[in-house]
Amino acid sequence: MIDRAHIGLALPAYVYPVEAFQLRLFAKAVGETRPEYLDSAAARAAGYRDIPCAPSFPFCIGMNPADPFDMLAPLGVDLGRVLHGEQAFDYAAPICAGDRVRVERRITDIFDRKGGALEFIVIETQFRDEATGALFCSARQSIVVRNPEPRA
Amino acid sequence: MTANPTKIEPGAEFAAWQAAPITRTTLALYAGGSGDHNPLHVDIDFAREKAGMDDVIGHGMLTMALMGRYVTALVPGARLDHFSTRFVAMSRPGDAVRCTGRIETVEAREGGTAITVALAAERAPGEVLAAGQAVLFLSGDAAGTA
Repeated sequence: MIDRAHIGLALPAYVYPVEAFQLRLFAKAVGETRPEYLDSAAARAAGYRDIPCAPSFPFCIGMNPADPFDMLAPLGVDLGRVLHGEQAFDYAAPICAGDRVRVERRITDIFDRKGGALEFIVIETQFRDEATGALFCSARQSIVVRNPEPRA
Repeated sequence: MTANPTKIEPGAEFAAWQAAPITRTTLALYAGGSGDHNPLHVDIDFAREKAGMDDVIGHGMLTMALMGRYVTALVPGARLDHFSTRFVAMSRPGDAVRCTGRIETVEAREGGTAITVALAAERAPGEVLAAGQAVLFLSGDAAGTA
């Protein structure tokens, strides 16, 4: 079982610079063709400061570029055993290309189901403007760990 | 991409939208575009040997990204305040994700109207990949009175 003492653990904070080319590659991957998601001028014409992040992109910002799965090693969990259970976003302001986003993550819960066959890790993340501290978005992620068999 | 229901009211359904089938190229592009380089999605050797699966699986967040395309096109001019999903099943290469939305509640809030939409993404009829919820906010009285 994952040590429940990790509940409350703050994961390393970092600043993520939101790059237009990254948002365009994301748009291409999901088949997005609306011009405001691809072109800065079109985004400004649509009322954004620059190309906006797609609604689920904050999850990508929430993966530490230095190690996208840095929440697993401290918990002793192998990447091959994890699945994504749930994901929620609450938005305060759009994140756009050119923004520098400060990412603050915390493990807020760890619990198990099915006699320990499944364990759940809940991570809550706040995305803030590095310059002003203003909140862009908050997120809640639930990771499912598939244990091969209940461990003693 | 989508058509609005004739009236913004509880129970109204938005037109469904079906994305292009997920290919292995889609998964490779999404790995690069999202920064999620988990080999479970792009490396069949890893999927088989390390994860005990027959093949690679799609990123859950790719399903959510497709639902995000859908939800941002439902109500022109609306602001997205909340978006959540619960991942029910794993997508596979070849799946064509179909998104649906149904209005659950319509509530007057300061300055406008909040519309809560129940979302689903299916790989085939009745085979749900993800279920979720969005809250859209429409300023003024543009939503009308249901």
